[in-house]
Amino acid sequence: MTKVVLPELGEGIEKATVSYWYFKEGEKVNEKDDLVELTTDKATFNLPSPCSGMLSQVLFHEGDSVNVGEVLAIIEET
Amino acid sequence: MQIEKFDLGLINFSKAWDFQKEVFKAVKYEDIYSALILCQHYPVITLGRSADRRNILADEQKLNSKGIQIYEIERGGDVTYHGPGQLIAYPIFNLKYFKKDIHLFLRYLEETVIELLYDLGIKGTRYAGLTGVWVDKQKIASIGIAIRNWITLHGLSINIKKSDLDNFRLIRPCGMDIKMTSLETVLERDIEINDIKTKFRDTLFANRGTPFYPIGRVSPYRSVPVY
Repeated sequence: MTKVVLPELGEGIEKATVSYWYFKEGEKVNEKDDLVELTTDKATFNLPSPCSGMLSQVLFHEGDSVNVGEVLAIIEET
Repeated sequence: MQIEKFDLGLINFSKAWDFQKEVFKAVKYEDIYSALILCQHYPVITLGRSADRRNILADEQKLNSKGIQIYEIERGGDVTYHGPGQLIAYPIFNLKYFKKDIHLFLRYLEETVIELLYDLGIKGTRYAGLTGVWVDKQKIASIGIAIRNWITLHGLSINIKKSDLDNFRLIRPCGMDIKMTSLETVLERDIEINDIKTKFRDTLFANRGTPFYPIGRVSPYRSVPVY
């Protein structure tokens, strides 16, 4: 089980908003696939999947605000 | 490390978008280090990720009559308008060579415009939480970027020609009731886009912006602290 965590994005950035999930719960993902798009200020950025496996749980949905260090999703490695 | 420069002239938004993606690939695979694309667009409305379609005030018929197309794109921000009277800059920068800091890069783009305005005798201002550059509470430059693999896409537009401001009435720029201004409006004279293009490029490459400074050093030209 691998946790997908919102990483450090720069000085003074404490949170971001989930703008788009590229995969749904239950779908297979490959390492480095774009997993989720987030927005902060006037910038969007993608988080790549840290491993290959199944996206078993999405903990924040589109429109939700996430703090740096929080777990966005869980991937069951294959 | 050299930054490739491209001047696409007056170009359709979608063609420039495709070009951005090609350049992005070249940066990603390290064929080139980073790039700056400059251009002007035929009239177009773009919707960023935070956009609400209700912020397009004109109906489809009116937009069609003006030949204005709408694109939904992956940059941050709400709705904006681009036209031939603006200078568009798309910096495709690999931030791993500068600093992996999203907001610092936004501030850097603002700073470049503030420097450019300063050289023209105009005081540009930034306001916390309102990304962009303002002159007397009117917006002169808009910014919206996307970052993929720490490489930047999209960028900024600077309003130059007075004639292009009317089309901002077709939308609520950035989803807010704000007034837009232009270099021609502020300076009360005709301005050639190519002149500003050259000045913008010179300002950006004059190493006065933060990301080009060695990490940890603060630009002495910074007008206000980064918030």
